[in-house]
Amino acid sequence: MRYDALILGAGMSGLAAGIRLAQAGKRVAVLERHYLWGGLNSFYKRAGRRFETGLHALTNFVPKGTPNVPLTRILRQLRISHDALRLAPQRHSKSALRLSSDETLVLEYSNDPARMRASVERLFPAETAGFERMVAALPGYSDATEADRTTSARARLAEFVREPRLVELLMIAPLFYGSPTERDMSWAEYGILFRSIHLEGMARPEGGIKALLDLLIERFEAEGGELRMRNGVAAILHTHGRVTGVRLDDGTELECERVLSSAGLVETEALCGTPRANEDDPRIGRLSFVEVCCVLDRTPLELGHDTTIVFYSDSERFLYERPETPVEPRAGVITCPSNYLTSAPDPEPFVRVTCPANHGFWTSLDETRYAAEKVRAVDAMLAAAESFSFPIRPHILFRDSFTPRTIERFTGHRGGAVYGSPLKRRDGQTDLAGLELIGTDQGLVGVVGALLSGISIANRSVLAPSGGLS
Amino acid sequence: MTRDEIVLAIKDIIATIAPDEELGGLEMEVRLRDQIELDSMDFLDIVMELRKRYGVQVPEEDYMQLATLKGCVDYLGPKLESKALVLTALKG
Ligand SMILES: Cc1cc2nc3c(=O)[nH]c(=O)nc-3n(C[C@H](O)[C@H](O)[C@H](O)COP(=O)(O)OP(=O)(O)OC[C@H]3O[C@@H](n4cnc5c(N)ncnc54)[C@H](O)[C@@H]3O)c2cc1C
Repeated sequence: MRYDALILGAGMSGLAAGIRLAQAGKRVAVLERHYLWGGLNSFYKRAGRRFETGLHALTNFVPKGTPNVPLTRILRQLRISHDALRLAPQRHSKSALRLSSDETLVLEYSNDPARMRASVERLFPAETAGFERMVAALPGYSDATEADRTTSARARLAEFVREPRLVELLMIAPLFYGSPTERDMSWAEYGILFRSIHLEGMARPEGGIKALLDLLIERFEAEGGELRMRNGVAAILHTHGRVTGVRLDDGTELECERVLSSAGLVETEALCGTPRANEDDPRIGRLSFVEVCCVLDRTPLELGHDTTIVFYSDSERFLYERPETPVEPRAGVITCPSNYLTSAPDPEPFVRVTCPANHGFWTSLDETRYAAEKVRAVDAMLAAAESFSFPIRPHILFRDSFTPRTIERFTGHRGGAVYGSPLKRRDGQTDLAGLELIGTDQGLVGVVGALLSGISIANRSVLAPSGGLS
Repeated sequence: MTRDEIVLAIKDIIATIAPDEELGGLEMEVRLRDQIELDSMDFLDIVMELRKRYGVQVPEEDYMQLATLKGCVDYLGPKLESKALVLTALKG
């Protein structure tokens, strides 16, 4: 039995692509190596509790019916109603830059862009006009020019904002929420991330990532798609430059017209028979993270913390890079899911802290040292995070953490690179006919970005007049 | 299908692909995209559903004919004459 399309990976991009193809009446299966779906954005059970691995925030939040924005487009294409997502908006969030032990600059924002503008005005009154000109000049989702793709965001920001500390503050959240490159990104990427975080906004589906995944799986299966868990792909089969099928880990071969892969660029190449890339291959992303999730004995709000997300830098220069040390506690994200405006709070409050980490270190340890180093790294992260939030450690009932090693193991992404390769394949094309990339390495990151990526490549592949799925 | 049923068939397809749109007051002779949010990708989805539900093929050069509800009825009338109405979103 021949498939019209096989999709590698039941992450956001794979599921979205699967829904689109199934809706078009194609015979399609999503093949996932893991026994859980979601990829980088998943969930697991530990000690009877459910933990999430991705989703601090669904970016690109807009109210129902807002025209011409990514969230509305995605919901429409996947035929999911805005109401079904039950999105709880953030209270407010902030980026914090510590200049010295007694001086921290705090930029506040919410889903109302006016709040950010007011915050800029309070911090640096003389920069308000420049900030507004910067916002007006941001490239849009689809009108970025080649120059926008090659210009540094920092350099462009500095043309509008003279105060270097404000430039630094304005880089923190966009870098953290989607830059595959260290320290800086292109002006085009900055435009997308700034819009998705600051001009649109942040929310969380009630029930967290699991609720969103349930909706996607339900849609996929309702359209007749086939979800095959524990079906890792060991090789992509091809002859004369054209894909013919895949071989699964257990040796089974499946035939197909087309493969859409969310495994990543070098990972997908390796499945096609290219020798495995070296650890230092520039196409492997350098950014990975350690994250700790702490179950608390009371809500952050009760502990005096009403912020949804804090992006912090404990040094004047924001250290968004692969650290030499196991983890970099001086750069982090503190997320409080209970600080979304929800009428259905999670059964227990929790807080998550995420910091850049060194992949090579975490994959070189034996089990005993791994466990010990994790405790050490997490203690340092929590100490730093507390200085930007509230006393976390005295209130922890249970905590669990994951490292770049975990991310690599469960998602297959080399280097544990959460935002994939710094070199994106925007057209999704590969050297093989019938093989396309979706997800992180096609260019779009984050939950919404990955969904959009799966949709757009699937659309093109259904419509493609030559070699299409007719 | 009668002409009224064809209108219903189209509305049902739109309700399926655009669950957040209000379709009660759609005018027959005004362009659909001037009444609700629909872009070219959505039109493609309408065409796709027509194929899936009724086996009707609409070639790309005829997409223009589907711009209004009246256009849909005129163009699809002969093609859907012998087909039974399928409702998914609007049933019940
Ligand atoms: C800690 C953390 C926090 C995050 N927070 C946010 C956030 O708050 N907001 C946000 O928008 N984004 C967030 N992200 C980013 C977001 O999760 C990703 O950008 C997005 O999920 C990527 O989706 P994807 O489909 O491209 O790839 P993936 O999710 O990586 O999907 C790839 C899938 O392919 C499978 N696979 C790989 N190789 C094979 C093979 N050979 N055979 C079969 N299956 C295979 C993998 O198991 C995986 O399930 C976060 C990520 C992490 C790790």
